[in-house]
Amino acid sequence: MNQSSHAPAVEQHAHRDDIGAKMGMWLFLFTELLLFGGMFLMYAYYRFQYPDQFKIAAMELSTSMGTLNTIILLTSSLTVAIAITALRKGNRFLALLNLFVTIVFALAFMVNKLFEWSAKISHGIYPGSEDILNKPNGEILFYGLYYVMTGLHGLHVIIGVVILSFMFVFIYKGSVNKDNFMKLENSGLYWHLVDLIWIFLFPLFYLIH
Amino acid sequence: MANGTVALEEKSFYEESTNKYSGILSWLLTTDHKRIGLLYLVTICAFFIVGVILGILMRLELIAPGPTIMEAQTYNTLFTLHGVIMIFLFIIPGLPAIFGNFFLPLQIGAKDVAFPRLNLLSWYIYVIGAILVLISLFLPGGPIDTGWTFYIPYSVRSTTNVSLAIFAAFVLGFSSILTGLNFITTVHRMRAPGMGWFRMPLFIWSIYSTAWIQIIATPVIGITILLVIMERAFGVGIFDPALGGDPILYQHLFWIYSHPAVYIMVLPAMGVVSEIIPTFARRTIFGYKAIAFSSLAIAFVGYLVWAHHMFTSGISDTARWIFSLLTFIVALPSGVKVFNWVATMYKGSIDPKPPFLWVMSFIVLFSIGGLTGLVLGSLATDIHLHDTYFVVAHFHYVMFGGTGTIFFGALFYWFPKMFGKMYSIKWANISVALFFIAFNMLYFPKFIMGYMGMPRRYFDYLPEFTNLQVISTVGSWLMGITMIIIFANLIYSVKKGKKSPENPWGGVTLEWHTASPPPLENFHEIPTVTHEPYDFSQLEEMKHESK
Ligand code: HEM
Repeated sequence: MNQSSHAPAVEQHAHRDDIGAKMGMWLFLFTELLLFGGMFLMYAYYRFQYPDQFKIAAMELSTSMGTLNTIILLTSSLTVAIAITALRKGNRFLALLNLFVTIVFALAFMVNKLFEWSAKISHGIYPGSEDILNKPNGEILFYGLYYVMTGLHGLHVIIGVVILSFMFVFIYKGSVNKDNFMKLENSGLYWHLVDLIWIFLFPLFYLIH
Repeated sequence: MANGTVALEEKSFYEESTNKYSGILSWLLTTDHKRIGLLYLVTICAFFIVGVILGILMRLELIAPGPTIMEAQTYNTLFTLHGVIMIFLFIIPGLPAIFGNFFLPLQIGAKDVAFPRLNLLSWYIYVIGAILVLISLFLPGGPIDTGWTFYIPYSVRSTTNVSLAIFAAFVLGFSSILTGLNFITTVHRMRAPGMGWFRMPLFIWSIYSTAWIQIIATPVIGITILLVIMERAFGVGIFDPALGGDPILYQHLFWIYSHPAVYIMVLPAMGVVSEIIPTFARRTIFGYKAIAFSSLAIAFVGYLVWAHHMFTSGISDTARWIFSLLTFIVALPSGVKVFNWVATMYKGSIDPKPPFLWVMSFIVLFSIGGLTGLVLGSLATDIHLHDTYFVVAHFHYVMFGGTGTIFFGALFYWFPKMFGKMYSIKWANISVALFFIAFNMLYFPKFIMGYMGMPRRYFDYLPEFTNLQVISTVGSWLMGITMIIIFANLIYSVKKGKKSPENPWGGVTLEWHTASPPPLENFHEIPTVTHEPYDFSQLEEMKHESK
């Protein structure tokens, strides 16, 4: 960073700048982290205020369901990474296959989530319900945070499915290929982020009793 | 510096477009950063004018005690809309989106920003956000009346269209984030050969620092807004004391964004000042690195002072004195800048053209705003002044007197470059003078009233404030007239103005090395940078360059 150091010699005629694209993506992921950061802050604050009630409420959540979803999501991170490597090495079929598996995993995650939520809702546990308003404040907040945070995360999973499906089509059509795979790599980064956030949500809601 | 010669018959970006369409579509689908900058210019100015009209209406209401032209509820919605429009639609996007878009690539010698299509998308997101604000006005329930800060618990209880209006703010935040990440990547990746970090013009440094704040702070308001919406829709309880939530937490999260946001507003303005002063003083900037790093320092420390908006909210004493101390510290880098600007002018050969006069007006008004900020930053005085007109006066001095003034300064400085035309210098001088007088008439009485105890956000007042309120209202009329003169002068000049010389002010940063208005891809050949940014010895060479 000294005065004489030259600016990166970007070939400005080509509109393509892979490093730039990746940098933009990282910056975007950074904003996503901060978005969830606000929520983690709230979680920390309320857990500190109502430690006992948080504990009781957390016992209601099914650890096995959460574990299953964690395994699903972690594996899907692996498959997306394989897809990227496969494409870089020119194995289009393997890339498509793994991308497909990733999408299936993502959908499985959502289905699982759906079961989980609907079970809770049928027990009358959802924001604003009569049952929940009879519970102590800490439990109300726990479930409030639970729905908001996993909901927001679920939304990201759905967006991820859409993005990955587009990538599938692009690879199929060949516009994303061995020499031009930045889009896929950035989508992969996004998917890892979705995964990473879940890895924090999982212990906070399902494991710490 | 630029080794490409500019052919005289060359087409400008107005005549050549990035797509195959002509007419309005060539604008709406453009990916040219200059056209996008102009799209922003038009939309943002439109909202600014709406905001000004709302302000003038409020002032009219306050010309006499008691209801004059409206009832309390109307006044509540007016100050909310005025605040929302001025903050989210005018001052936050203002300088970065208009002048950042137009001049960032030009000043670093690039053909465009890093992600041109994303850039266009940001504009559309901005427009969608703006449309949502407008829709929220007309839906049943009525316009939002919470104040632009949307404080809990009222924002959950209010029956007006709060959800839609704040969702609009969420959408606008998205636009801001995308612009920010586009600019950061552009600065890192697209600088012309030879333009090391310390050869960047200071406007670029300020836009760069701003972009970081946009990225770091905006997501926090995003999540906060989403939570308020959920709270209204489902009663989640996170901010609702009845369910164990904490309204103060909302204030924290709100200001964790909104305080850095005031630096989103003011840093680019400081950058423009650092461009204009050297050009009109014909001297290289004093303390280049100090100014560059003070931008980063402001961006950083500005992040840690949010709770000074909450001194009276019941936060702990320890928190209060720490935040008070930090608030004083953030004044230091701002002071560094002011002293450097003044030192740059010392012994310069000053040419008091309109852009320079705007800067003079900025330095005075912004200093008043900044120094009264210290009054509010000290705990004891803030207890007395919190939520009074003193605060209203303070933030108009910094936002309007600071950034607003430089919005016009930048417009008058770069107008010849953007449109290739020159405006009437005489009328421009008159408008600066009128602006300065009108501004102080409009807002200085508010300092006094605030000190006497006039609270903000009231449509009514005690009779003893009448004189000062009337002065302020008359000031608002004068301000309205000033705005008409400014816009009439500029719009007339776009249509019928004289052709401007290529480099009317004798600027030396890269944007002055190309034609006015610039060609589609800015430069014939990407320039190689061999000089410091404000090295006026190049002016001689530049004369030959374009001929
Ligand atoms: C002709 C120009 C303007 C006039 C006459 C004007 C007037 C006013 C008035 C009368 C209020 C309400 C004070 C109260 O009752 O509490 C107000 C509030 C406000 N103004 Fe302005 N103003 C003008 C320009 C601006 C500009 C350029 C900005 C921002 C850059 C701005 C930002 C605000 C904000 C944020 C509020 C607070 C709204 C709230 O309390 O929620 N104003 N203005």
